[in-house]
Amino acid sequence: MSATPTNPLVPEPWKVQRVHRDTADTFTMELESAGGKRELPFAAGQFNMLYVYGVGDVPISISGNPTKPSSIVHTTREVGPVTSALRKLKPSDCLGLRGPFGVGWPVVEARGADVVIVAGGIGLAPLRPALYHLLAARNYYGKVVLLYGTRTPADILFRKELQNWHSRFDLEVHVTVDRAMGSWHGNVGVVTTLIPRAPFDPHSTVAMVCGPEVMMRFTVQELEKRGVALENIYLSMERNMKCAAGFCGHCQFGPTFVCKDGPVFRYDRVQPLMQVREI
Amino acid sequence: MNPLILDRSHFDTLLEALAARGYRVVGPTLRDGAIVYDDLASSADLPVGWKDEQDGGKYRLVRRDDQALFGYAVGPHSWKRYLHPPLVRLWQATRQNGGFDVVPEKVEPQKTAFIGVRSCELHAIQIQDRVFMGGPQVDSAYKARRESAFLVALNCGQAGGTCFCVSMNSGPKAKEGFDLALTEVLEEGRHYFLLESGSDAGAEVASALNLSEAGPEEIAAAGRVVANTASEMGRALDTADIKELLYRNYENPRWDQVANRCLTCANCTMVCPTCFCTTVEDVTDLGGEHAERRQRWDSCFTLDFSYIHGGSVRPSARSRYRQWMTHKLATWIDQFGTSGCVGCGRCITWCPVGIDITEEARAIRQSESAPQSLAREDVNGD
Amino acid sequence: MEIETLKTLLSEHPFVSGLNSRYVELMVGCASNVRFKPGEFIFREGGNADQFYLLRHGRAAIEIYAAERGSITVMTVGEGEVLGWSWLFPPYRWMFDARALELTRGIALDGKCLRGKCDEDHELGYELMKRSMQVAEQRLQATRLQLLNLYDVRPLSTEAR
Repeated sequence: MSATPTNPLVPEPWKVQRVHRDTADTFTMELESAGGKRELPFAAGQFNMLYVYGVGDVPISISGNPTKPSSIVHTTREVGPVTSALRKLKPSDCLGLRGPFGVGWPVVEARGADVVIVAGGIGLAPLRPALYHLLAARNYYGKVVLLYGTRTPADILFRKELQNWHSRFDLEVHVTVDRAMGSWHGNVGVVTTLIPRAPFDPHSTVAMVCGPEVMMRFTVQELEKRGVALENIYLSMERNMKCAAGFCGHCQFGPTFVCKDGPVFRYDRVQPLMQVREI
Repeated sequence: MNPLILDRSHFDTLLEALAARGYRVVGPTLRDGAIVYDDLASSADLPVGWKDEQDGGKYRLVRRDDQALFGYAVGPHSWKRYLHPPLVRLWQATRQNGGFDVVPEKVEPQKTAFIGVRSCELHAIQIQDRVFMGGPQVDSAYKARRESAFLVALNCGQAGGTCFCVSMNSGPKAKEGFDLALTEVLEEGRHYFLLESGSDAGAEVASALNLSEAGPEEIAAAGRVVANTASEMGRALDTADIKELLYRNYENPRWDQVANRCLTCANCTMVCPTCFCTTVEDVTDLGGEHAERRQRWDSCFTLDFSYIHGGSVRPSARSRYRQWMTHKLATWIDQFGTSGCVGCGRCITWCPVGIDITEEARAIRQSESAPQSLAREDVNGD
Repeated sequence: MEIETLKTLLSEHPFVSGLNSRYVELMVGCASNVRFKPGEFIFREGGNADQFYLLRHGRAAIEIYAAERGSITVMTVGEGEVLGWSWLFPPYRWMFDARALELTRGIALDGKCLRGKCDEDHELGYELMKRSMQVAEQRLQATRLQLLNLYDVRPLSTEAR
């Protein structure tokens, strides 16, 4: 993983290049280093802690292209004071960045296999870098399938990009929504309903799953039903984070620290933990 | 270096030698009915002739019938208040040119000598060393404070009412990790300290005191002190397979029982010498020109410790007590290679309702060999 | 359409997977090939549930119409899936609308015909019941997850600090 050359607890100033509203409550920010020169190499699945002056910082998944690290892209939902404050930033405004942190998606381990990516809601954001990586190194992988579910058609993220991907011959994209009006002619139903008929070979597949915890649990069940081995399924977990460097203790999930042992976990390793309520 | 003898009447020469070398000298002192850690000017500041009586939820000081300088066990303070302080500033930021500049806090701690570090506390310091310096990320502030500390260990002359260092293999004899180690001996009219050196820095200070070497009788006497302490432990904890035991028992009804008593007051985490959890606070001045981030002690017992959007992962007292105890005795081993508990007994003493970690561990262990009682509890439990 | 071809098409559908060839033949006797244009209604709420459909190609929306909201799609059903089970239980009426979203082809199975054959041969009845229950179970599970509104985040006054 990319090492943070400076103190992981001290933010560095970065500037907002662009802000773009994706949906009613989700937005994407592109950042550049305040000095203008610095790149931030990262692995797909890693996150940064973004600090708004005087307000606080929060963990936000990097949603951009790991093969193009000169501009750092984050996609996040507006859910509290810090993300609301982030939302108000305009191009050339300053924010603080610490990172990247965490263990990313197994894009190397997946070589030689089919890859099925299952994203629920904002979960598509930390998975998008994995997709970029796979497409940039397409020959290493078998079939690549993206299954994406969200609440309604208005909540679909990265629509244009999805449409581009949908038209590629080397990528299958299936999108579904939980509910829709009659004008939507796509799939309606939870994302797990896309799994039984998705075109991948369960005996030679690596699955990368991200979304609400309930959705991930049921996704794993469906994948398992199709014969995907639990050690070939990877999830991205989320817990309260303060330091993101393994010192503050907040993000503990059983014996793991989500900030440094995750957020991506191999499912068989965390399965016993996911079965304990309030762990 | 062979053990030396430091007579009680010359004890202050040790403190003076440390002060002369630029050390701030801190150690136990009596304040507000408890023995706490604070600055020491001389041995007169020590709780001379005092003893503590400790039990679940109970701490009292009583007079000894001798003038021992260290005739008590540990109090509510641990050395983490110096090495991992309750409140520190991490950095400051000032508005500048449409953005802001960040100035990390310079950590240049004064050299500090800790007087009277018990073996359990040495282990606790080493445990926190692993947390803050043993992984891929190093907490540079902790490292700076740690490297500026001089440890004068003290082999306990009596076990506290809630002590169980023997069970946790963390005492009572200090084996390593100290600069100097003292054993206080009061025997046959004599009052002296056996002094051992554990590092170059310690040897340097010891040699400056011009002490005579200890004879075999004195070494034996010091050995008796330690052996006596080991034999009078107030508690015991069976650590055989404790990690697997707790991993198997996430749904044990015992957690419901202890949850009925636990106030989630977080006392245990504050007095525990290894608990390290912190949170951060971001503050600005009224004008917004100046912002800073502070790190302060936090506790997994608070409701918002595990808060993520929508709610807390551990809303119940049951899950929070379980988290603390399972972390301390089990998951800590997977995280850092050792137990998180050193058997100092503080969590038992300072719990307002006297919850006893050794009793809880025993109950869970016994519930496995007594399925009958488990079934009964099960009916009332969940 | 030739019976032989119908039998092949029927055998290919996942709903029939593992069913004894004899029973597949019994089903063929109640089967016919159907095709719906985009936007065409397959069945309407309140109508007689005379048939159910094994979809082979395309996508159909299961809809409810609410006057003030228009038609709401609660689920879509596609290739390899089953549309309708109201043929099994009295009063044999459709509870929802179903509409083809794109060109949709499938095999229609006559409910009354099949019910008759199931009454005669309980083995066939048991096999069809098992498969229909499985479809119902999958729908129920998916519906429960839909109800959770998983992607919603409760509005907060304070974020984790």
